[in-house]
Amino acid sequence: MADSIKTYTVVIYTENSIGLLSQIANVFTRRNLNILSLSAGESAEEGSYHITVVTDGTERNVRGAALLVEKRVDVIRVDYYTDSEIVYKELAMYKVPTKSLLESGSMEKLLSGHQAKIVDINKKFTVIQKTGTAEDTSALLEDLKDYGICEFIRSGRIAVSKQWNAEEAE
Amino acid sequence: MEQNNLITGAEALLKALVDEGVDTIFGYPGGQIMPVYDKLYYYGDRLRHILVRHEQGAIHAAQGYARANGRTGVVMVTSGPGATNVVTGIADAMADSTPVVVLTGQVSVAALGTDAFQEADVIGITSAITKWNHQIRHADEIAESVAKAFYIAGNGRPGPVLLDITKDAQNELVEYSYRHCTGIRTYNPYPEPSDADIERAVELIDSAQRPFVVFGQGITISHAEKELAAFLTKGDIPAGATMLGLSALPSDFPLYEGMIGMHGNIAPNVKTNECDVLIAVGMRFDDRVTGKVSEYARQAKIIHIDIDKCEIGKIIQPEVGICGDAREVLTRITAKMRKASHREWIGSFDECRQAEQQLVIEPELRPDGGHIRMGEVVDMVAKVTGNKAIVITDVGQNQLIAARYSRYSGQGRSFITSGGLGTMGFGIPAAIGAKTACPDRPVCLFVGDGGTQMTIQEFGTVMQEGTGVKMVILNNNWLGNVRQWQELFFGGRYSQTRMLNPDYMGICRAYGIDSAVVEKREDLENAVRTMFEDNDRPYLLDVHVLEEGNVMPMVPPGKGISEIMINEKEWYKKNG
Ligand SMILES: Cc1ncc(C[n+]2csc(CCOP(=O)(O)OP(=O)(O)O)c2C)c(N)n1
Repeated sequence: MADSIKTYTVVIYTENSIGLLSQIANVFTRRNLNILSLSAGESAEEGSYHITVVTDGTERNVRGAALLVEKRVDVIRVDYYTDSEIVYKELAMYKVPTKSLLESGSMEKLLSGHQAKIVDINKKFTVIQKTGTAEDTSALLEDLKDYGICEFIRSGRIAVSKQWNAEEAE
Repeated sequence: MEQNNLITGAEALLKALVDEGVDTIFGYPGGQIMPVYDKLYYYGDRLRHILVRHEQGAIHAAQGYARANGRTGVVMVTSGPGATNVVTGIADAMADSTPVVVLTGQVSVAALGTDAFQEADVIGITSAITKWNHQIRHADEIAESVAKAFYIAGNGRPGPVLLDITKDAQNELVEYSYRHCTGIRTYNPYPEPSDADIERAVELIDSAQRPFVVFGQGITISHAEKELAAFLTKGDIPAGATMLGLSALPSDFPLYEGMIGMHGNIAPNVKTNECDVLIAVGMRFDDRVTGKVSEYARQAKIIHIDIDKCEIGKIIQPEVGICGDAREVLTRITAKMRKASHREWIGSFDECRQAEQQLVIEPELRPDGGHIRMGEVVDMVAKVTGNKAIVITDVGQNQLIAARYSRYSGQGRSFITSGGLGTMGFGIPAAIGAKTACPDRPVCLFVGDGGTQMTIQEFGTVMQEGTGVKMVILNNNWLGNVRQWQELFFGGRYSQTRMLNPDYMGICRAYGIDSAVVEKREDLENAVRTMFEDNDRPYLLDVHVLEEGNVMPMVPPGKGISEIMINEKEWYKKNG
């Protein structure tokens, strides 16, 4: 249904152009689409960048926004996907008191159960890192609450499509 | 001092404009653009600068210039308030796909972002209303940026481009060389439709019993006037124009059925909802064209041809969407389609046309006495100029009535109006721009008393430049269009629409512009003839028209396009 609201991942390939991010954000604002997550970085092709935006909307509205973004002269291409069409991940980091982790005795089980790992540790706090979907990282957050979370931070989503385009692979 | 072959960025900018073929700049100086104005002192022989009286005048004049001759208009203003004063016109140019390049001065690079004197975030302010904008921080970017600006403004779907030029870039020395831009990696202005798309369109057109074409400014922009006529003739397909499509076909073209939309002609609006195949070319299904979208051409299979991919499926989902240049697409379709005849279908337009003639047009153009009606004035201008004038309008009743009753003899680019944004105040400066672009043609502006006063300061430009514009005020002592809506949809509560007028002849006298007032019907023809006697002489005619005249027919807001009021009380009904 073109009118039902779904989560869409919009992947934008651009020239590195000053101010483009605000133009892209403007398009989403004009179309009343909430940006749920955003990430930006250099792409495989030198000199070009990709911006990944997650938003909830109707297919029609998201398509309209994608076309408007693609219309910007400095934008190379825009694709948009539903969750089932992509492999997507985000990165989360959790800062937890080291003392409570050690005292619990169940830390290792917890981390391996969530496929999370420790990336920094000192006497005061431990930083745990996990990649996964928003549900995955939220589940770990839930479990870590018993230990007393000091800080939790989540990146924007990045995604690759499940389509296999032979030409692209060349 | 300039050494060897080094010149300042300011001069490089002017050289680049000359290399781009620019002959006219509409502008207004100020602190942060002074280095460029200083160099302009020596470029008067190559670049004509028209000093306006307000920067809004500069941008609308550049729009009028661009729309009258198809070349990119150029505006030059200072930073801060100079730049913010052109914002309305930039939005207008964006809405009406008008190629203009706006050059704004900007504070020095070191002062950017510090709230320096006359610093405004012009890039931020204009990014949503320009096709492209760019801040130039160093002189060595100037030539390339100018080339890119003109390429982007004028190609594909045209639009406004803004270059924000810092003081540093103006003052630095640079070695100048210019290369035209012939393409940009990330931008394909002319998408190539596939043969399969063309084939599907041809199949639909060949199978149609009741085909109908609606066309817009895309025809003018892609120079497809002849191709449209050939397509219509081969397919024997009647056609209606959007307001911005007016004058692309001569008014007496046999298959031309008039204007579509809110105040359009009855026949093309009614037939939009009766045709079996609707072919939309170079138009974007604006809500003033479609009325209530869910009741628009429901019965028809739709082919939508537009160069802007965003437009296809934005409002109306077509059966066949073709993203491409109107001229190319029409040429390819015409070559492949069958020659056809749809005489009976075309004959069915007569009934609507006759009803409109009798119920709306006759009472407007040939009333039994009473005050002069707006339509009579427009009709008289068409008669006196032999349908040869470039008609400019402001916004409001003057615009709608001018759109309805102007006639064109086959020269395109002859109706220039602020369609998409509907900017009051557009008219006077746009007329100056159009006359500057086409000095040999009569240029006639229709403007309301409200709109006149929005950019009346440009009388000063007319005075200084001696621009031979003919300005006709349809003076009704109201903000007429709003008053009409108040009368029809707000219970006649005339809230803040009564407007007292100055003595326009007195104002014209002060500016040295010839003028006359017309109050009586019997004086109208002579007054119009006198106005057009000397093509080079600016002239203003203040015509006192029926104060509470309404523009009819009208599709009320929110109604389907075939639900048409023919006057304040009656609706159009088929067969009586
Ligand atoms: C800048 C701007 N402000 C307000 C409006 C809203 N508006 C549309 S038509 C109109 C009345 C125009 O009155 P006038 O210029 O006297 O022309 P008329 O309709 O009487 O021909 C107004 C206020 C507008 N289109 N543009």
